[in-house]
Amino acid sequence: MSKVWATILLAAAGTYAMRASFLVFARRMATVPPLAQRLLRQIPPAALASLAIPALLRPEGHIDVTQARLYAGIVAAVVAWRTKSTTLTLVVGLAVLLALQALG
Amino acid sequence: MSLSEARDGAAAVTPMAIGVVPFGLAFGATTVAHGYGTPAAIGFSVIVFAGASQLAAVQALAGGASAIVAAAAAWTVNLRLLLYTASLAPHLSHERLPKRLLAAYVLTDQAYAASIARWEKAPDDRAGRFAFYMAGAMTLWIFWQLATIAGALIGNTIPKSVPLDFSIPLVFLALLMPTITSWPAAVAAIGGGGAAVLSAELGAHSLSILVGAVVGIAAGAVAEGRVAQT
Repeated sequence: MSKVWATILLAAAGTYAMRASFLVFARRMATVPPLAQRLLRQIPPAALASLAIPALLRPEGHIDVTQARLYAGIVAAVVAWRTKSTTLTLVVGLAVLLALQALG
Repeated sequence: MSLSEARDGAAAVTPMAIGVVPFGLAFGATTVAHGYGTPAAIGFSVIVFAGASQLAAVQALAGGASAIVAAAAAWTVNLRLLLYTASLAPHLSHERLPKRLLAAYVLTDQAYAASIARWEKAPDDRAGRFAFYMAGAMTLWIFWQLATIAGALIGNTIPKSVPLDFSIPLVFLALLMPTITSWPAAVAAIGGGGAAVLSAELGAHSLSILVGAVVGIAAGAVAEGRVAQT
């Protein structure tokens, strides 16, 4: 089996286990403990930042603050923050990167 | 099945489903542009069915990660589903297990957001919940599959000079920014991003995503403890 399909099956198995977890044990677990809830709340910002920020700061595999992706990413982050729109963030981010590449 | 509940569920999720179309196009197109092919793009969307994690796995594979490391990147992104399932479970605990297992497969940010908003308003109306949830979740499922297929079909027609792979971090940014609604959330994001960059510099490769997530979660939880004390 190719690496891509192995990835798909592994990613799917773990993802389904997480999706099913509390739904399967719903009758046994009335409430989630407060400490677990506090940890769960941090997951979205922590996981998404650890995916996005390295791709902006080190696209070639080492920290580089002179390349266009960092600045296109900063503009896109402002757009995402102000508009909460995935579409606008994608369009503006790609357009700024294309423009900076054309200039440089 | 309550038809009116199902209709309401589909109606509640449709605007959000339209919102995931560009994201699905970007996923299909980048997966094909990286050379993994249309069947793999569709395989990800049907079998995994969790957009941001699909992009994380493809980004890791393109960076040379092994299957298990790429899958771990996807799991990291999907940890937030634990949050949703914990929150939904009490509302669906009266349903039989097969129905709950089916509900689990189609659990997404959008189905969660639409359902919890409705159920917290009407806590005693249990009968129609499953129909509302499934109709909303399946609406998103259909939009996501069609967008993936469309993206995969156009992926190879986009010229190589367009930096399509940049759409991956852009989607993550678009999802990240609205989650920073408090001081502890900002600490979690800065801690996570900083630890991911630092561990990658030190040679952690794709595992840096997992390192970043763990450090960020810990930093955010500590910050929340501090805020609660003051």
